[in-house]
This record gives sequence, structure tokens and C-alpha cells, in this order.
Amino acid sequence: MADALLEVDRLAKRFGGIVATDDVDIAVPEGELHAVIGPNGAGKTTLISQLSGTLIADAGRIRFAGADITRAPAWRRSHLGLARSFQITSLFLDLTVLDNVALAVQAHAGHSFHFWRNARREERLRQPARAALEQVGLAHRADVRASLISHGEHRLLELAMALAGQPRMLLLDEPMAGLGPDESARMVETLRGLKRRYTILLVEHDMEAVFALADRITVLVYGRVIASGVPQVIRANEEVREAYLGEDDNV
Amino acid sequence: MRPSINLRSLVIAALVLGLTLLPVYVALSGDRFMLTLFTRIVIMAMAAVSLNLILGYAGMMSFGHAAYLGIGGYTTAILCFEGVTSGFVQWPAALATSALFALIVGALSLRTRGVYFIMITLAFAQMAYYMASGAARYGGDDGLSLDTRSQFAGLVKLNDKATFYYVCLILLFGSIALIWRLTNSRFGMVLQGVRSNEARMRAIGFPTFRYKLAAFVIAGTMCGLAGALIANHTDFVSPSMMFWTRSGDLIVMVVLGGMGTLFGPVFGALALLFLEQFLPAVISTAVRPFDAADAAKAGEYWQIVLGPLLLVIVLFARGGIDGLLSSLSNLVQRGKQGNG
Amino acid sequence: MTLFIEQCLNGLQFGLLLFLLAAGLTLVFGIMDLVNLAHGSLYMLGAYFAATFAAWTGSFVLGAVLAIAGTLVVGMVVEVIAMRRLYGRDHLDHVLGTFGLILFFDELVRLVWGPGGKSLAVPSWLAHSIQILPGIQYPAYRLAIIVVTLAVAAFLYVLVMRTRIGMLIRAGASNREMVGALGVNIKLLYTLIFGLGAALAGLAGLIQAPILTVQIGMGENILILAFVITVIGGIGSIRGAFVAALLVGFIDTLGRSFFPELLVNLLGRQAGATAAPALSSMLIYILMAAVLVVKPQGLFPAGSR
Repeated sequence: MADALLEVDRLAKRFGGIVATDDVDIAVPEGELHAVIGPNGAGKTTLISQLSGTLIADAGRIRFAGADITRAPAWRRSHLGLARSFQITSLFLDLTVLDNVALAVQAHAGHSFHFWRNARREERLRQPARAALEQVGLAHRADVRASLISHGEHRLLELAMALAGQPRMLLLDEPMAGLGPDESARMVETLRGLKRRYTILLVEHDMEAVFALADRITVLVYGRVIASGVPQVIRANEEVREAYLGEDDNV
Repeated sequence: MRPSINLRSLVIAALVLGLTLLPVYVALSGDRFMLTLFTRIVIMAMAAVSLNLILGYAGMMSFGHAAYLGIGGYTTAILCFEGVTSGFVQWPAALATSALFALIVGALSLRTRGVYFIMITLAFAQMAYYMASGAARYGGDDGLSLDTRSQFAGLVKLNDKATFYYVCLILLFGSIALIWRLTNSRFGMVLQGVRSNEARMRAIGFPTFRYKLAAFVIAGTMCGLAGALIANHTDFVSPSMMFWTRSGDLIVMVVLGGMGTLFGPVFGALALLFLEQFLPAVISTAVRPFDAADAAKAGEYWQIVLGPLLLVIVLFARGGIDGLLSSLSNLVQRGKQGNG
Repeated sequence: MTLFIEQCLNGLQFGLLLFLLAAGLTLVFGIMDLVNLAHGSLYMLGAYFAATFAAWTGSFVLGAVLAIAGTLVVGMVVEVIAMRRLYGRDHLDHVLGTFGLILFFDELVRLVWGPGGKSLAVPSWLAHSIQILPGIQYPAYRLAIIVVTLAVAAFLYVLVMRTRIGMLIRAGASNREMVGALGVNIKLLYTLIFGLGAALAGLAGLIQAPILTVQIGMGENILILAFVITVIGGIGSIRGAFVAALLVGFIDTLGRSFFPELLVNLLGRQAGATAAPALSSMLIYILMAAVLVVKPQGLFPAGSR
């Protein structure tokens, strides 16, 4: 079997006395949509943060496309093709929707020590930005200030920004957080459309979405992996049912 | 946001026109004091413009910006003292020393965040202050006088007040033009992104440190030029130019005028220096009906009013003067639409 | 050798004085997340109050007690009127607002006490020297400063580590909402903490008055040192402030005494004498830069009280 695009080996992270990530192993081959689920406090966001570089792991190794990125800064991981969306919306609220995505494009379009040309008139930046907005269905809101759009649109913008840098892999942290049933369905379709073109690690609470989209699932409880495999296997796993799915009636 | 003819742009146009025609007014009215006052305002506005780049647009709270006024000023004065009076040498030297200091301070300070950044920039400025205080050869605490203003091989005579004023004004407008291009460029977008959400900037792939450092150096260099100007203006430099409270004054100008706006710093410098000039008289006049004898003295305590005034502005008028003008413009706009 | 011991004691005394000032600053910042530039103004008020009250009552101690009370009251009033509105806001707002307060207090003092400074004499019962070691005399007043400030440091330690209020202080620093939810009156707690900080600043001001100065603007000069100490020690950490203050006190005092000589030895008379005054003043900032390069959050970052 070819080397996985993302390999996580024995990853560990502590905060004082709390073990947030406990000896986690995950392997995501190219093209797969791999979901990570678990009850609240399982350490899912902490895991994603260590993968994206926002946090540095205490122990273990992360390899992406063959390169060891365990201690690489976030911006360098982005350039290697690893993009992230945030659970708690983290946008440039005082800029327009298009400006937000254009910045994400700009980060990957060479250096930014250009002092004279008006960046808002650079088609090299604006065109891919518009394309990303099209992909998530936000093109009609391009010129609106980010602070003025709805929460559902924020989640789509989060996604657009992750896509704008032409990544190889997406780390999506609860893209459906706070969405109503219609918006969630819309998001699931958008994600389904991304499936083969991008490798995706998806952290989610919405079980319908997870079982609809995931090729494989890893279950995290108190920072450790208690099960990993295809959806049917996970659904049937006793430990998982007890620890997690038992609390949730949405299966 | 399309540029439009509104109240705010009219005020700015009037400001530019007024500043440009000031020497004409002075020549006609003979009020030379105004020329001196406004030269100082224009130079301080330039210093404020430079601070606005990092504070207003990039959100970097530097509390040591006055150091560059001192560094630029002292470079000019020291060269003059040592016999180098050519502006062609002095001014580039002032730019170079300011840039170097900014590079070093920035490289060390930008590793920190928040209040640590504020404190470390403040401390470095104090270091510059102590360096100047301890330099006995160059006057120490007493400061250093300039025997002549910067010489430009006869091309411009800075000794002539009106000429000097126009040199300063051109440099101010040039700085504003530079900032205008800068803030709309790719570089400027990065700075705005950093101010808005630095963590996200790093997540999407920007190595933010180098851009912040570049902005820091540009701002410091621009302020160093203002320092060379002020040395020429007062024919004197002293360590007190760099004391940390002067950096506070610059911050007040930027915030008062409207952070992150092109002309905000100019409004701010105008406002602060005007208050400094005229608030005493206003207070005296207000006090006179109650206590004629002490009225004049009462004016001396104008900072008692300025202090709380600053607090009030911070709490209630965060957009500064520019923000106020924008709000008024919108009111007028809506009023027109209502009537139209 | 005598000089060295004397200077060590001076360094200790200066460091402890700075600790009083820095403790209040770091407390307020750590718990209320408030950058208070006007802390130096409270220091100044302490000195002025002491000078005035001591003159009125004829007693240094009585003057000191009244001065502390006065600074405490002023601190709490300022907290209620101004500081409350700044909590939760951007640090820039704090800096600007409290900068405005500095201007206000400087002018207020000028209005009430006049532009010239004041003086406060060392109390007669401390105006002699004590023999601390064979052949070494040290001013009793300075020894008293050391004793008093150590006592206050001990008091602070007990307060923060061993009392209910201290627990609230430490809890408040890490989780404001929780403390509020526990039914504790957060507003009152903050007012008291700010008052405590003010009282410490006032005490520092009055203590140094007989040996240093009572004048307008004295706060601005020493405030920087207090902030440098807070940064070196780690914001919010009283222990950090203590260690950093002693470090700074020693380095500054010993540096000013012995560094010039060292420079002359290294660089020769001319260069050494020229560089000495400037470099001696800069030692502290060099220390701060060095600490921040290695530990950007200070020696004892928040969370390690």
C-alpha cells in the first residue's frame, strides 16, 4: 500500500495535568475522507490544532506527503498543501468576503513585498478567490463585509478560505457547527462535491453527515483512539456505542 | 467603497488647501507665529502618519516611536556638530540610523505580543533616551544645538521659514501618498489581515513576522526623517524628545485623529497641538468671570482638561476625528436622501 | 569591601521598593487584565500625602498611615469612576485612558501643591546609623525600609496563597466568570484589589520620599522600571515580580557603582568615562531584552503563581 498522505504516529499533548492527546495514530491515504468523532472534550480540536501547527505536539510524529512536519510552523504547513478551517469562526471580519478569500490566495501567490500595485485590482488574486467562492456558493456575497453575513455563510466562507490556497488536504473542524437542518444539508452536499479532489480530515458532531460522507472513521475518547475503521464496523463496535453513540440518537 | 463627494472629503480638501496656502496668509497678515506653529504641526503630523502605519493599519501598539524622532534628530545634529552640514549626507544618515534601530528593536520586540510588546518597545525607547542623556560630548541632558540648518548646496535654503515649511509640507504629502499606495498593495493587505486576525494569517500561510518587521522599519525610517526636520525646525535636539511620554503624545495624535485612516494623523496632530496652544486661553477666558486675578494662571493647567478628555474619547469616540467626520457625512447623506 | 556590602544593601533596598510598586501593577494586570499607566501617579500621591500629613501631624508614622489611607481612597475612587469602564477593552484603550489620567494627576498635584517639589525628612528616631557588621555602618532608615518591605512581601504571600480572598484573587485571574458565578461580588473584589495596588504604590512613594524625591512627574520615571520588572517577572506573577525586582535593584545599584570602573578598565579612561553613564542606565533594559529573547513570557509566566 502506498504511503498515506497524512501519517500521525503516537501523537501526544498535555496541558499541565490533563492529557489532551494520548498516543494517537491515524493514517489518511490520498483521496480519502476520514472523519474523527468523539464526545465533547475528547480532544478533537486539539488534535486538529497539532496537525495544522497552531499547537506543537509534546511527543510523536506527523508526516505529510512524506515530510516530517511535527514542529513546522503553521504557515509552512499551509504552503505544503495542508489547509484548515476553524470550529470557532476565525475570519477577517472588517474586510469583505472577497477580500478574505483573496488574502488566502495571496498567501500562496508568491511573496507579498509588493508596495505599489493595488492588490484589489490584481486579477491573479481576485480570479481564484471568486472561483473558491463559486465552489461553496457564496459568489453573490463577494462584496459584503464579513461581519455582516449570516453564521451559515461564515461557515461556508471558512471553507472557501481553506480551498483558496489550492491545498492537497483539508483539515475541517466542525464545518457544520451551529448550522440549521437546511444549511447542514447544503454543507454536506458541498463537502460531497469536494470528496475526490481533496483529501479530507473531518471533525464533526453531526452523525448523519459523518456516516453519509466518511470513507473511514476514527473515534476519540479522552484523547485516545478507541476504534478506527469503515463506518459499518464503527457503527457495530460495542465500546463505541457505549462511550459515544449510545448518547446520541441520530444514528 | 467608491470615493464620493461628501462632508468628510470636503473637509480634507479644505485642510490640504489651507495647509498649502498658509504661507500666503502669513505673508499677508504678518502673523509669523502661525508659520512656526504650523511647521511644527506638519512635522509632527508626519511622525504620526508613520506611527499610523504600524498602529492604525497593522495594529502594532508601539510605545517607543518617539525614539525615532530623537534618532533622526540627533544624527542630524551630531553630524552638524562634527562639521558635516550637508543635508545630502545628514538626511540619508538619519534615515539609515533610524532604519537600523528599528530593525534591531523590531527583531527583538516582535517576538512578543500584547502588553509585552508595548513594554519592550517602550523600554527600548528609554534606552535611546539614556544613550542621549549620557552622551556628554553631545550635550547630555542639556541637549545639542545646531549651528546651521541642513545645507543643500544652495538648491533650497532651509533658513527661510516659508521655504522650510513647504519642504516639510511636501514631505508630509509625500508620506501620505506613500502610505496610500502601501496600504492598498499586497503588503498593505497583509498588514490589515494581521491587525484583523493574526492567527488566521499564519494559518492561511503568511509568515507574519517578516511583514511586521518590514512595516516597523518603514515606520521608524519615516519618523527618523521627521526627526531630521524637527532638528532643523528648532535648531536644537535634546534627550527629552525621546522620553516615553512623547511616544504617548504620538499615540494620542493617531487615535484622536482616527486610526487606520489616511488623514487621521494630520487631524490628530492639528487637534493636539491646537489644544496645546489654545486650550490655556480658552480656560483662562472661562475662568475670568469667576476669578479674574488667577484666570491666566488657570490656563496653565490645561492638561487637567486634556487628561479626562482623552479618557472620554477613548470610551465614546473611538473612531477619532475622522470617524466623527464619516458619521456626520453619513447623517448628511441620509438627510439628503430623506428630503430628495 | 565596605562599599560593596553597602551597595548590596542599597541594591536590596531599591529592589524591595521596586517590588512594592511592581506588585501592585502585576496584580492589577494579572487579575483585571488592566494596563495601568497611572500607577506611577498613585506612587507620587503617596509621597505628597505623606509630606503634607507628616507636616500637619508632626509625626512621620501618622503621616505615613494617613498617606496610605489617602492613596487607598483615591485608588478606589479612580477604579469606580474610570477603571471599571475599561475592563474587557483593548489594551490600547487602557494605555490611552490611563495616559490621560497621568496628565490629569500631574496637573492636579501642580494645582494643589505647586510646581516646586516637597520634602519629607527621615524621622528623627531613624536618623542614625547602625553597625551591622564590624566596621560597617548602615543608615537605620534604609534598614527600616528593608524590614518593612519584606514584611509587606510576606503579608502579600500569605494573603494570596493562604486566605479566601487570595484564592479568589488567584481564581479571578484564571476564570472571571466562574468567580462571578460563585456569587462573589466581582465588582467589589476588583475595587479592593485595585485599592490594594494603589496602597502599595502609595507606600512605595512615601517610603522613598525622605531619601529620593517628592516632585511632579516622579511617577513617570519609575513607572518604566516597574513595567520592566513586571515583564521580566511574568505578568500576573507576584513571585516573578519579587525575583525580577531584586534582580533589577541589584543590577541597577551595583551597576551604577561598579560598572564605570569596569568600563574604564576595559576600554581605557576616555572611552570608559564617556560610555559609563549611558551604559549603566541601559543595563536594566539589556537585562530585559535578554530575558525576553530566551523567555518571551517572562521568568514566571501566568499560571505558575
